[in-house]
Amino acid sequence: MSILLDRDSRVIVQGITGRMARFHTKDMLRYGTNVVGGVVPGKGGETVEGVPVFDTVKQAVEATGADASLVFVPPPFAADSIMEAADAGIRYCVCITDGIPAQDMIRVKRYMYRYPKEKRMVLTGPNCAGTISPGKALLGIMPGHIYLPGHVGIIGRSGTLGYEAAAQLKERGIGVSTSVGIGGDPINGSSFKDILQRFEEDEDTHIIVMIGEIGGPQEAEAAEYIRNHITKPVVAYVAGLTAPKGRTMGHAGAIISAFGESASEKVEILSAAGVNVAENPAVIGETIARVMEAA
Amino acid sequence: MDIHEYQAKEILSNFGVDVPSGALAYSPEQAAYRARELGGDKWIVKAQVHAGGRGKAGGVKLCNTENEIYQACDDLFGRKLVTHQTGPEGKGIYRVYVESAVPIDREIYLGFVLDRSSQRVMIVASSEGGMEIEDISADRPDSIVRSIVEPAVGLQEFQAREIAFQLGLEPKLVQQMVRTLQGCYAAFSDLDATMVEINPLVITGDDRVLALDAKMSFDDNALFRHPQIAELRDKSQEDPRESRAADRGLSYVGLDGNIGCIVNGAGLAMATMDTIKLAGGEPANFLDIGGGASPERVAKAFRLVLSDNNVQAILVNIFAGINRCDWVAEGVVQALKELDLDLPVVVRLAGTNVEEGQKILAKSGLPIIRATTLMEAAERVVGAWKNDLTQGTKMRAV
Repeated sequence: MSILLDRDSRVIVQGITGRMARFHTKDMLRYGTNVVGGVVPGKGGETVEGVPVFDTVKQAVEATGADASLVFVPPPFAADSIMEAADAGIRYCVCITDGIPAQDMIRVKRYMYRYPKEKRMVLTGPNCAGTISPGKALLGIMPGHIYLPGHVGIIGRSGTLGYEAAAQLKERGIGVSTSVGIGGDPINGSSFKDILQRFEEDEDTHIIVMIGEIGGPQEAEAAEYIRNHITKPVVAYVAGLTAPKGRTMGHAGAIISAFGESASEKVEILSAAGVNVAENPAVIGETIARVMEAA
Repeated sequence: MDIHEYQAKEILSNFGVDVPSGALAYSPEQAAYRARELGGDKWIVKAQVHAGGRGKAGGVKLCNTENEIYQACDDLFGRKLVTHQTGPEGKGIYRVYVESAVPIDREIYLGFVLDRSSQRVMIVASSEGGMEIEDISADRPDSIVRSIVEPAVGLQEFQAREIAFQLGLEPKLVQQMVRTLQGCYAAFSDLDATMVEINPLVITGDDRVLALDAKMSFDDNALFRHPQIAELRDKSQEDPRESRAADRGLSYVGLDGNIGCIVNGAGLAMATMDTIKLAGGEPANFLDIGGGASPERVAKAFRLVLSDNNVQAILVNIFAGINRCDWVAEGVVQALKELDLDLPVVVRLAGTNVEEGQKILAKSGLPIIRATTLMEAAERVVGAWKNDLTQGTKMRAV
């Protein structure tokens, strides 16, 4: 069993009729993901890549038993789609959409509290590349072939930097249990801490890699959590040592606005919590290999 | 997106926040005329730039006569105001705001921010107004009051009252303070702001609660539903290269170094900058060209990076997921042929269709330096840049 996503996960794609969504639906099916349906209001009855389209998530869940969803809906409507998935009983939702207003995400997070914890959907993203359990299922837009199956759990805020880490691992023959993109937005569904907890409980994961960046308190909060609750070795890299203060670096959430939000401060905080920090992005794979040998 | 003080005050005042009477001017003559219209015998002339710290930088002047207003305006208009927030290049002053001076009893700090820990809107207030919040946090952390707003029901009156009493306001002023706090929150929430800062909020000698300064920033991702806010964008306050990039859907931040970067993905772009630094160079920019990097987009990125005259070498780093390396390679080749540039270009491709991409680069006959890993790419671009400098062949054909 891998965390969040497995071979048996039954996936629907919200916004499946869009160009990008079609492309990635095809790619996910090719990877072996069990895509069972799509949802686009008003397009119920159509098919995309051989997959039936429904008007509402509730209908899709009833007809297909879907338990996971990938949201490809444009920013103005994405928050609404996430809430629709939460209400229809979807257990795990990945939102790829970049550009959702922050206050919409605040409302989404507030809305999800109406469900008791055991019924509450897990959301990762928005503004992420998705989640993959190599060899089992892909729920996102990443190139599946750069991940080998294995025992390293990856959590990252950035898509392509996560690919970089996976490729460095593949080069060394090291595989991944699950790689989770938590996204580059200031308000997101799951934090480093939330996913760290899942990897700690996951038997398939032996070592955890955190790929952070400037901005926000999440890395520092993760450091505190690692110190107190994580027994598995953790490797981290934080991007943005050369980023100036007060400027947004591409991701809406990548901005140094308070103490502890710069890359060097985060590195210091994580090191103090016993995390093995890769000093530069070129040695992420090397650092993981070294820590695995020592473990 | 940031707006000017006078615009923030107009917005907040529509939400029930009291502000001193004031008027905008585009010239010294207009400023003097506005002062006469406002009446009174003391005015503040304030440079309208998108930055804090204007007072210390000489951008705010107290004037007692019309003549002093002329002098203040002569000094301000057309000048670049350099504050601790603008960087050394400063921001141009093209508008001033003339305000009636008010007698001040107390100064309060008031801020509304998106708190990323609680993932909600947080109010930050302090009895030590007039100082920067960073300084208050350092010198008087005990004076700071915080309150988190429950998004489903908004800011409640009791919360606003609690803040007012914690700040030590006299009971007769509490209702005004509640109205101010609720007005700010309503503006924040209704207009998708990311920040509202009133520093200082003052208690006047005649018991009024007034926003003496006001700053607002808005969520770029929500501007689509607030066209009236989007219209307030003032390009004169932006770095021209960054506005041009934004208009083309590219995410660009100019830096001080001389190695231009073209990368897909924000995290990888930052990591690339870090690696260049590690290899002994200085990045000239952050640039994320995003997911679908078509040849046209790559060519646009080259033009943008080259518009910075400090750029002496370029590193292209693409990890193709949605992208395909062969498309990107075609883009690089097309851009280099069009631009006919004479400075070292290092290209590192990885991910989908990498072999095809490498072949396209090799076949082009262009002097492209190739690299397979990130470290190799950074070392090669820094090496090529140093080499280029020693050979003294730096010529720009663009």
